[in-house]
Amino acid sequence: MLRIDIEACIGCGVCEEVCTFEAIEVVDGVAVVNEKCTLCGSCVDSCETGAISIETKEKTVQADLGDWSGIMIYAEFRHGKLAPVSFELLGIGRELADQQQVPLSAILLGSGMDGVARELVSYGADIVYQVDAPALELFTDEMYGNILEDVIREHKPEVVLAGATAIGRSFIPLVATALATGLTADCTQLAIRPEDGVLLQTRPAFGGNIMATIECPYTRPQMATVRPRVMKTAAPDPDRKGEIINYQPKAERLQSRVRVLRNVLEEQDQVNITEGDIIVAGGRGLDNEKGFALIKQLADAVGGAVGASRAAVDSAWIAYPHQVGQTGKTVNPKLYIACGISGAIQHVVGMQSSETIVAINKDPHAPIFDVATYGIVGDLFEVVPKLIEKIRERRG
Amino acid sequence: MKIIVCIKQVPDAKDVRLDPKTNTMAREGVASIMNPFDRHALEEGVRLKEQHGGTVTVVSMGPPQAEAVLRDAVACGADEAVLVSDRAFAGADTWATTYTLAKAIEKNGPFDLIICGKQAIDGDTAQVGPGLAKRLNIPYVSYVRKITAFENGFLSLHRLMDDGYDEVEIPLPGLLTVVKEINEPRVPSLKGKMKAKSLSINTLNAEDIGADANSIGLPGSTTQVVKVFAPVFKGERTMLEGTVDEQVEQLVNKLEPYL
Amino acid sequence: MDYFLTEEQRMIVDISRQITDDKIIPQRAELDEKEEFPNAILDDIAKADLFGLFIPEEYGGFGGGCFDVVLALEQFGRGCVGVATSYAASALGAYPILLAGSEEMKQKYMPEIAAGKKKAAFALTEANAGSDASGIQTTAVLDGDEWVLNGTKQWITNGGDAQIYTVVAITDRSKGPRGASLFVVEDTDAGFSYGQKEKKLGIRASSTRELIFRDCRIPKDRLIGKVGLGFIVVMKTLDLSRPGIASLGVGLGQAALDEAVVYAKQRVQFGKPIIAFQAVQHMLADMAIQLEAARALVYAAAKHIDAHPKDMSKASSMCKVCATDMAMKVTTDAVQVLAGYGYMREYPVEKMMRDAKILQIYEGTNQIQRNVIGQELNKEYT
Repeated sequence: MLRIDIEACIGCGVCEEVCTFEAIEVVDGVAVVNEKCTLCGSCVDSCETGAISIETKEKTVQADLGDWSGIMIYAEFRHGKLAPVSFELLGIGRELADQQQVPLSAILLGSGMDGVARELVSYGADIVYQVDAPALELFTDEMYGNILEDVIREHKPEVVLAGATAIGRSFIPLVATALATGLTADCTQLAIRPEDGVLLQTRPAFGGNIMATIECPYTRPQMATVRPRVMKTAAPDPDRKGEIINYQPKAERLQSRVRVLRNVLEEQDQVNITEGDIIVAGGRGLDNEKGFALIKQLADAVGGAVGASRAAVDSAWIAYPHQVGQTGKTVNPKLYIACGISGAIQHVVGMQSSETIVAINKDPHAPIFDVATYGIVGDLFEVVPKLIEKIRERRG
Repeated sequence: MKIIVCIKQVPDAKDVRLDPKTNTMAREGVASIMNPFDRHALEEGVRLKEQHGGTVTVVSMGPPQAEAVLRDAVACGADEAVLVSDRAFAGADTWATTYTLAKAIEKNGPFDLIICGKQAIDGDTAQVGPGLAKRLNIPYVSYVRKITAFENGFLSLHRLMDDGYDEVEIPLPGLLTVVKEINEPRVPSLKGKMKAKSLSINTLNAEDIGADANSIGLPGSTTQVVKVFAPVFKGERTMLEGTVDEQVEQLVNKLEPYL
Repeated sequence: MDYFLTEEQRMIVDISRQITDDKIIPQRAELDEKEEFPNAILDDIAKADLFGLFIPEEYGGFGGGCFDVVLALEQFGRGCVGVATSYAASALGAYPILLAGSEEMKQKYMPEIAAGKKKAAFALTEANAGSDASGIQTTAVLDGDEWVLNGTKQWITNGGDAQIYTVVAITDRSKGPRGASLFVVEDTDAGFSYGQKEKKLGIRASSTRELIFRDCRIPKDRLIGKVGLGFIVVMKTLDLSRPGIASLGVGLGQAALDEAVVYAKQRVQFGKPIIAFQAVQHMLADMAIQLEAARALVYAAAKHIDAHPKDMSKASSMCKVCATDMAMKVTTDAVQVLAGYGYMREYPVEKMMRDAKILQIYEGTNQIQRNVIGQELNKEYT
């Protein structure tokens, strides 16, 4: 419930301005809340006199909270290999485990996984719970969820992390619900709060326009799915020692009401540039079609789609569906790299809400630099090839 | 088929901004809309009804103004609407929300299929669909891109994965979450809007659904927000200096998170 | 300005606006470029129950009037006059059946038109008979239980894409103004074929074709109403449909004004957005004044017609002239405000200017309309 201390309230109206839901307004010099309030807390933060607070009841803490210890990650194995996010989870998991001075374990579900557990150990796992069964060959939410739930109940980790992949985001909520505990989706930052060892889980909301830090203080385990390609992978150490435990699931837990008939792999090249996370765009500065080929190379190197300014499309270096701008598409990827694009307003209006914008142009006064997060003034025919090389190196 | 579609009224996420200096959400011009994924969920429910007969009931947990999206849903083909609303539900995380929705759905009676949108564009968690399925103990498939058949009490469908899709069968009663690629939502019809205007919406509060006070709203939540802030990346304007090699080195370092 | 619409009228506006924003606007440039008939969009309009706006409820329609159609067409016109014309022309083709057809005929055709399952078209114009409609040469001769039609209609909107055609043909030339009758010809009738699709300056998404009747035989019951009523029903039909065309002009003018103002605020020359210059401001002000005046006249005329007055021709003609002349001026001015960019096909205003021209020509040229108004004034002041 939202409480307003009418003595402290000075009727300034800042809370009314800040409320997205029109739930609070100043009436006769005092703030009044109505039933539209969603307890989002924006007004609490904005109140200059501290007159607003959210009243919370005493929460019951899970009885055996103190018994839960250790960091566990879900290693995602599909089509014969580990998803790269598994190594990222080990990277951040290792950091958290070291901070808490507890072991880092990994749970591996699948079929025919010789040598995989060893790899997990080399990337930082102290223990690997390996569940290798033919029934687990094809992913089903129910089976994977049952097994993970059982392993968690048995080994009581304080934190469980999984990748925010299609698989992770699909079945981890089943596990969290079964365990009656909190889950935070798609985290981009994780940290332990030193005062009480609670996991602080930071993630984007409102389509990335806002960041929120979440905690799960009263129940265990604290669960989170982690956005791929954000956390760092640690360097592997093939001599690292760790325990590999074969876990035998109970037969009745290897059931799934949903039947998976088969997987169909699809080529990802019908990229709609408005959907991608990364766009590399080229403009007049590429000089000709051959020069524009550089853009495709850089896009391939970063795993992004190709965009273009109107100049490039008009010169027929690339087709119209790739055009970004007033008379092309509006995009807002996480990363937009503009090469040889001057940044005229007609182009900028199509990409200015990208999360990070990189501009490479030989003209220091090019307007593109006004919207770029990072700018390089230089000859793109020198810069871009080197950039491609360096990126390929990093990606390995 | 008795179909339930869960819908949510959300602020239009693309317009929501946090002022990084004051850390407050700017309110102006942010419209309230039906969660876009829910429009696709509703459309699929209405199509199934048109093909196989039955009814579509839309359910929403929200404050009183959420009635607007329930009426919009009726204008697009839903037959009945249920609003689950109570001040005590405020501040609910997905755990408390799935409890509340499960209670309301149990109260509403038997069903064959529940359809949800993949995620809500404000919370972006994608947790309510699976959580609800678990609470109701029904089978569930997420990221449904296409329903290919309905035979012998099983729905055949395509479920999107990171590398392609799975062909999957789910027995009913069950729950699906759908992605945008599944269909083109229809525009409301005139007859639909007139029906929506006069329809009486079934409103349920905490007592009506037999909810336990400690399981709903902020008290019933397992997670809570510690703080909210504007994303850091925006607003930097850094020119990278030095030789080409140095510039490239700096840039690749900065772009690590994306590689 | 608030025109105090009823809740139902607001629903019509909301649905039409959503279709315009979600479906018509994103596709209009491509439809214009490819000269494609907008089947998918018309299906969406049908599913939204809008084809039946003016059709009585007993035939599955909404039971609304001229004003309701005006509201929908204003939105569609804002999107694309080509698409909107395809919808409006179907209404035009349906009106004669509603006005003069027998109960059986209405039961047969109206429900499918109301549901948007079948589209209609109106066929009057010929190569030698445009403004002078009495000069038509298509004939209809009764032969036993069938009418036999011979002749060629020119520039028929929805020709080739409609299924139901209301055709005006001479049944007895000696009877002068009572010498023509109206018939329903269906696309499957033998002896009925189409010429090729015309290439036009504007409304390129709309299909315009010749209709060719060579011993086209149709059952006797396809006669709409009585023999000899042809021209009378045509006049009544056009009275009803003209406010719709006027409304297209209002929607088009609104679209053009919107583009011009947005552009003028963004375009910086001589250190300021050009909207800061009086020359531009005055242009925009005049555009806005003329647009609103036209809108008010169209709304008033439509409501007047819905009150079933004895005389509706003057109101109908006035709003058509006013709004369509306005649309031509406002779209031309919009291109001027966008200047070089306005001339380029990349930007939507050149299409708007091209589309505007036809509004001053079809459904009775604005010159003919002025004739009508002049004659009505003459009659009034006796």
